[in-house]
Amino acid sequence: MQDFVQHLINGVSLGSIYALIALGYTMVYGILKMINFAHSDVYMVGAFAAYYFARWLGIENNPGFSTLLTLIVITMICCSLLGLVIERLAYRPLRNSPKLNVLITAIGVSLFLQYSGQVVFGADPKVFPEVMKDFVIFSIGVVEIRSFDVTVLGVGIVAMLGLQFLLFKTKIGRAMRAVSANPMVASLMGVNPDRIIAFTFIVGSSLAGVGSVLVGMKYPKIDPLMGMMIGMKAFVAAVLGGIGNVGGAVLGAMIMGLSEEMVVAYLSSTYRDALAFGILIVILIFKPAGLLGKYSVEKV
Amino acid sequence: MKALKNPALALICLAILGFGLDFGVNAYIKLILLFATVNCLLSMSLNLVNGYTGQFSLGHAGFMAIGAYFSAYASTKWGFLPESMQLVQSFIFVIGAGLAAAVAGFLVGLPSLRLKGDYLAIVTLGFGEIIRVALLNMDFVGGPRGLSGIPSFGTFPFAFMFASVWLVICFFTIWRVMHSSHGRGFLSVREDEIAAEAMGINTTRMKVKAFVLSSFFAGVAGALFAHFTNFINPSSFTFLQSVNAVIMVVLGGMGSMTGSIVAAVIITVLPEALRPLQELTGVDLRMVIYSLALILMMILRPKGLFGDLEISDVWRKYVRRSA
Repeated sequence: MQDFVQHLINGVSLGSIYALIALGYTMVYGILKMINFAHSDVYMVGAFAAYYFARWLGIENNPGFSTLLTLIVITMICCSLLGLVIERLAYRPLRNSPKLNVLITAIGVSLFLQYSGQVVFGADPKVFPEVMKDFVIFSIGVVEIRSFDVTVLGVGIVAMLGLQFLLFKTKIGRAMRAVSANPMVASLMGVNPDRIIAFTFIVGSSLAGVGSVLVGMKYPKIDPLMGMMIGMKAFVAAVLGGIGNVGGAVLGAMIMGLSEEMVVAYLSSTYRDALAFGILIVILIFKPAGLLGKYSVEKV
Repeated sequence: MKALKNPALALICLAILGFGLDFGVNAYIKLILLFATVNCLLSMSLNLVNGYTGQFSLGHAGFMAIGAYFSAYASTKWGFLPESMQLVQSFIFVIGAGLAAAVAGFLVGLPSLRLKGDYLAIVTLGFGEIIRVALLNMDFVGGPRGLSGIPSFGTFPFAFMFASVWLVICFFTIWRVMHSSHGRGFLSVREDEIAAEAMGINTTRMKVKAFVLSSFFAGVAGALFAHFTNFINPSSFTFLQSVNAVIMVVLGGMGSMTGSIVAAVIITVLPEALRPLQELTGVDLRMVIYSLALILMMILRPKGLFGDLEISDVWRKYVRRSA
């Protein structure tokens, strides 16, 4: 039982990391109806940006809350710039082309970032700076609540609430929802869709940046291909919850994190990658729009 | 261009090419040529689903893996013909590999082809990964260690001939299917699913048919791949392999058989052709250039090299007219 509670905590912590990345996928999908495969590589670049900036600023051996915060802010800026550049150079020229082309371009951008990452950063894994000390905050029986888990969950919740506020309480959030519903009508209402899409990429990418610092803190080994699997799972989480839906992304990510932790704990760790897709397939076959997504029937 | 209409002629052309290439090129180029045939099979078969039927599948590597493992396992464990009949036996096992992949394609396609667009892409991707992870966990096929000691088809000309036979079978099967009522059905599903349904076409059935046929040839491609490399393990069949297949189809032009072949050859040769550059600069820029070329291609020539035309149409349209 105590083991179970411990796994539950680990699962939630893993889930909140997935959620941060899944939010980026879901926002881009919601607004552009495209799978941004490059998102997971923006996350990878974020981890490396944090690594290099930490060394440059000389704070890599200086664990503490201020270090964490500094790195998160720097990484957010780097990632959002990268997201903006990708959107401007690769996706905007394809705004009106068939879906498949956009998807291939996204895969191309993803491969480009991965391989140039291997050239620029080197293919060997690097050790992420220690941004925070991992200690047990308190324990109930043998169940331990560690500082990492609390931080990950805390930062995750703040980011998600911030996003919720942005989407539903601000003017630009309203514009984003309008473009998501119908870009043509939105532009008739005086919203500039291109600008809103760029903004969406900034927000989504900076969330990936936050995620990258948190993952780097928790699993301090970074390499240019680190984004692939976690990105795939985050995307699955987004689809699972109903893509284009912020709450759904968080719910899907939590389900994903928890079930993965449970499978590793009680079955076998080799099945953890198949599990993600197994869940996805079952959900999509019985509920094609995801858990919280609205299914719309196509009318002629 | 006549070889595109006549299977026997096509086979003879390929045979001459194979025996001719046996002299004059080294083992490295020969292996690349063999991989090119595998990639041709992959892209032609995927073209049936992605190009002609308009369904986006990202799980082709999974079916390839099933074919590869079936044929590899069978030829190391179930050999029933004497040594001299090796090629016949291999042919039978390759058919078996195709059938195994086709069954898998049916089982995967039946539930997932009810989904559309990106969802279908992601579900097929999921199935591809599940097949890979399942193979990783099966001990009797070696798990992560993979299978080794897979017999090859003899020397290069024979291996190339063997692959050519399958290329010709694949090309003309798909070609004839596309010119039959089934093919019209596939095309109608791509063009407008609702209209097709209104015309009395069972769209799900059409999609599953295309998917099964495509999986069959993906399995064959996998089997050939296994025999060419003599060694397979699950990491030969990752998501990237599926992406590669899609890239070949899109580069060649969706719905162009000859386009897929040309693109498959380009995609196989390009990373190898860029190798001197690597020696020159000291860093591996090949894949960077490759991915950059992909992005530029999508932006500058979104319909692929041939669009939905065949090489013979392009010939007629541009070369003949100017002559």
